Amino acid sequence: MDKGEMLLLYHEMVLVRRLEEKAAELYQQGKVGGFLHLYIGQEAVGSGVVSSRRPEDRVITAYRDHGIAISCGMSAEIVMAELLGKKTGCSKGKGGSMHLADVNLNFWGGHAIVGAHLPLAVGMALADKYQGSEAATICLFGDGATNIGYFHESLNLSMVWSLPVLWVCENNQYGMGTSVERASAVSEIRRKADGYGMQNDRVDGMDILQVRAATEKALEYVRKEGPYLLEVVTYRFRGHSMGDPERYRESDEVQKWKDDDPIGIFRNYLLENGHHNLETLDAEDQKVEDEIQQAVQFAETSPDPAPEALFQDIYVEGVE
Amino acid sequence: MTVMTMRQAISQALWEEMERDERVFIIGEEVGLWGGTYAVTKGFYDHFGPERVRDTPIAEGVIIGAANGAAMAGLRPVAELMTINFAFLAMDQIVNHSAKLRSMFGGQFTIPLVIRTVGGGGRQLGATHSQTPDVVFAHFPGLKVVAPGTPYDAKGLLKSAIRTDDPVMFIEHATLYQTRGEVPDGEYLEPIGVSKVQRQGDDVTLVTYSKMLQVSLQAADQLAQDGVEVEIVDLRSLRPLDIEPVVASFRRTNRCVIVEEGWPSYGIGAEVATRLYEEAFDYADAPIRRVAQKEVPLPYNRELEQLALPQVDDVISAVKEVL
Ligand SMILES: Cc1ncc(C[n+]2csc(CCOP(=O)(O)OP(=O)(O)O)c2C)c(N)n1
Ligand SMILES: [Mg+2]
Repeated sequence: MDKGEMLLLYHEMVLVRRLEEKAAELYQQGKVGGFLHLYIGQEAVGSGVVSSRRPEDRVITAYRDHGIAISCGMSAEIVMAELLGKKTGCSKGKGGSMHLADVNLNFWGGHAIVGAHLPLAVGMALADKYQGSEAATICLFGDGATNIGYFHESLNLSMVWSLPVLWVCENNQYGMGTSVERASAVSEIRRKADGYGMQNDRVDGMDILQVRAATEKALEYVRKEGPYLLEVVTYRFRGHSMGDPERYRESDEVQKWKDDDPIGIFRNYLLENGHHNLETLDAEDQKVEDEIQQAVQFAETSPDPAPEALFQDIYVEGVE
Repeated sequence: MTVMTMRQAISQALWEEMERDERVFIIGEEVGLWGGTYAVTKGFYDHFGPERVRDTPIAEGVIIGAANGAAMAGLRPVAELMTINFAFLAMDQIVNHSAKLRSMFGGQFTIPLVIRTVGGGGRQLGATHSQTPDVVFAHFPGLKVVAPGTPYDAKGLLKSAIRTDDPVMFIEHATLYQTRGEVPDGEYLEPIGVSKVQRQGDDVTLVTYSKMLQVSLQAADQLAQDGVEVEIVDLRSLRPLDIEPVVASFRRTNRCVIVEEGWPSYGIGAEVATRLYEEAFDYADAPIRRVAQKEVPLPYNRELEQLALPQVDDVISAVKEVL
């Protein structure tokens, strides 16, 4: 990775962080509704994984999707507009936080039924292989999702049909309030891939460079051989969604992880290795501030969907 | 009588039944340590312990499947599905097993199972998390489907559901947990499969249940100011469906509006209207009307979502149309 790309990735991670902090504020003000699941703490996973893809590679994830959307190239404005339910949002205000997608960016959503997008990834990889494309499908999901039948059915079939899927488990160690140890027979999620004879790896998700390197290796394997499971060990600094009482974990534990902030780690790396100086990084932080401000302004001044929109996009031909 | 919220009433019913019968236990996602996603089982984990308040992985199929098995083997599980939308991941267990195991094996055993779950829209949760598919479950013989609209009924009906030897889907409404109402201080049970007149009137019969009971009560208050007296029959249970009080009311008012939160096609309104035409056709002075959700997946945007959901004003207009 060259200096320029590193700076872009730094910018992206800071953008995701600030965007979500802003979203939380807007949620408190009642401007964002529904569920809001923050990615804060996990930024190195999305940025590390998605930046390793080629444009033709598809990305699909669960409802904790703001970071992945940004990494796929969605602008902060469009994300913010969707969070505010505006017509200019990527899903025209119909999806909200959990349902971001932009197929032109090869980003296939944001899915809110736990585990349900894994079979979709199987189908996408099947379609690519069927049509002779070289594309891979990158499917991200949580540790909690690996206990549902969908996960096992999908891993198995992707292996049986030797499909180009990179399975990325973002192991943030909890599914809502249930720790991996309380929910999963094996706490190293990668072991589940062994049962299907699938190649796998486990990597530190707080260090974007390690995530990057592991993903590049995995994708190379996927293109040549078939499915691969990459477990990325990470942590969400905030509650599961807004209003989580967080009775299931100690604040010491949260603090310990916060000390390993993925943005801080990358920032230090850039400074210590002389890739970028403080001035450059601070300037980047400031650019992000401006971008966020502009995103909020764009979203707030965007129109709501018209009432007729209620009946649109349900069938290919409209209904009344 | 004590005034309490729906949440408290449901919680009390569960607590009392667990104290009363060792065989009753809770199984589901986030029911224990978290205290229930809607805080219904708050304090249960500490009091009853992890053996009786069992946190599960995210795995709806095995939650209901294991509950079915435990019920067959003599326990009385109360399985919680975090929302009714996730019941679709357990549909095979509910439909092909809970509802059929007893009859298919000639009545050799019982399935004393309660599936507590939460439905309803109006919270901007988007299309997959906002559904009111109660009627889907009511389609299947072998299941009982209960959906209370007041704290009084919630407590009495849940206690009955836990004591019933048949599988019961007990559907709570996500926006009713804070609704307050009077609940008797002593023990009481409300029978499953008995409709209840929640408001008396001579002009129009409103048939409804769950959240839409509250909406209908508000509409009735406003209509009363214009001198229109509405009678509200609360079904409380969709299967078995107690149609008699509806028919009796309709024979007096000769007019009927059915109010449901779900989609109208093949819905509660369709069923109730047909029953009325079958049993009291000659009494109709106006076509029966339905108030229901617009036939669209619910959108996230607040205004659009509200536009799609049945509102007090929709009930009022429908009543005026049949007058
Ligand atoms: C089938 C299904 N069951 C339950 C839920 C409720 N739910 C939403 S997120 C979640 C936890 C998922 O945990 P994990 O997969 O680890 O992802 P994380 O939230 O940690 O990113 C649960 C139980 C759901 N959305 N879908
Ligand atoms: Mg998790």
